[in-house]
Amino acid sequence: MKKLLSLKNVIVSVAILILIWQLLFSVSNYDKALFPSPKMSFDALIEMISNGRLFENIKTSMYRFVTGYFSSVIVAVILGLILGRLPKVFQYINPAIQLLRPISPTAWMPFIVLLFGIGDVPAIVIIFIAAFFPVLLSTVSAVGNIDQTYLKVSKNFGIKQPELTWKVIFPAAFPQIANGIHLALGTAWIFLVAGEMVGAQSGLGYQIIDARNNIRADILLATIIVIGMIGILLDGLLKLIEKLILKSWGGVE
Amino acid sequence: MYIEVRDACKHFIQDGKEFIALDHVSLDIEKGEFICLLGPSGCGKSTLLNALAGFEKVNSGTVRIDGKEVTEPSISNITIFQNYGLLPWRNVLKNVELGLESKKVSKEDREKISKKYLELVGLSGYEKRYPKQLSGGQQQRVAIARGLAVDPDIIFMDEPFGALDAITRMKLQEDILRISKEEKKTIIFVTHDIEEAVFLADRIVVMMTDPGRIKSIVKVPLGAHRDRTGEDFLYVRDKIFELFNIKTEGFIEYYI
Repeated sequence: MKKLLSLKNVIVSVAILILIWQLLFSVSNYDKALFPSPKMSFDALIEMISNGRLFENIKTSMYRFVTGYFSSVIVAVILGLILGRLPKVFQYINPAIQLLRPISPTAWMPFIVLLFGIGDVPAIVIIFIAAFFPVLLSTVSAVGNIDQTYLKVSKNFGIKQPELTWKVIFPAAFPQIANGIHLALGTAWIFLVAGEMVGAQSGLGYQIIDARNNIRADILLATIIVIGMIGILLDGLLKLIEKLILKSWGGVE
Repeated sequence: MYIEVRDACKHFIQDGKEFIALDHVSLDIEKGEFICLLGPSGCGKSTLLNALAGFEKVNSGTVRIDGKEVTEPSISNITIFQNYGLLPWRNVLKNVELGLESKKVSKEDREKISKKYLELVGLSGYEKRYPKQLSGGQQQRVAIARGLAVDPDIIFMDEPFGALDAITRMKLQEDILRISKEEKKTIIFVTHDIEEAVFLADRIVVMMTDPGRIKSIVKVPLGAHRDRTGEDFLYVRDKIFELFNIKTEGFIEYYI
């Protein structure tokens, strides 16, 4: 019942969005080629699906996304587990992180393209940077926030490194780490498009640039919608995985 | 002497002021004794326990167990904490097995030993549950089973029943008294509950605050089976009340 209700919410919400779009299309004086109607964009979507371009680009983008995101999460979590246990060292590293963190990953783009050329690598690097800092910082803070009793108990029962990390510290910090990993997913997905718009000749981001160059606003809008939908799907998928892990982690939710 | 504290001093700096948690404390404990450290907050009873358990070092004086200076926690002296310290991602059985894993006990033996001690604390059949699915009293029983599983010489308990309701607390007091006799463990038990101390201890170490020090040590000649409403029990309890009463009026008001 709850699921059905939320489905109703989604349908109404999307219907309103399309209605506003249609309304704007009807009252505005823009050229149809520059501001297409929902129907035109839908046709463009069908066109892209039937000629296979859409799936080709989704495949390319997903490969970059998965590579960049997961390598970033793994490196950031490992580094975070180490730095979280060394607060004195982290005091010296944190200022540098705080300096780098507010820089939009796209600002590195020209530099990355100069170093790595055009292709998969720039997009992967951008996603890596985008996911890295949220995961690193949430891991460091999660490790710092561990209930001291767990550490006392471990010491008492003679649990030493490296067992201490994977038996006690990582699982104890996991709920908060998972939070950071989840937040980073959205950020990383946002920057995938940015990365591909500048540093690639394929993928969903490039498809937007390509549509602009060919003045195909219908394709452009259709691509934007696809990007949004994949973002929602990824988020839902991660939520599901998170729930499954946390369930086995604590017995009850 | 089995456990020997000589002239132990410990001070902290708190809000820019020096706070003396232990002021020249000396104490001897024999093997197999049940000792309660009793006193109000700030009397240094937890500090003394932490020093014995190896979690904190004293600033001066010595703390020895079995002739050896205590410098760090050891698996042969297990501490039971007020907030249980169970690992929520492990089920009950896995929690009890925790210490056995570091002792390199084989998988089958770990399970056998853990089940034995879960039975001892009355939690057979709870092996697959997770800590969050248990009541506070049950969680503390799991923590006790986990401590006993590594067969320690001494069990330190830091206000272990402080977070439990009165009836559960009494049940656990009875169980820990029974276990201490059956398993012949030396137990050092910190509490601020006078009745709890009288019910459990062979000797009660009465501590006072500011600076934290031992006021007196009271022998409890009540034997293994204790009746909370018995005359002897009330007599010892009153003696302890008196000890606190002698101090100052204001102090008692705060305490009871």
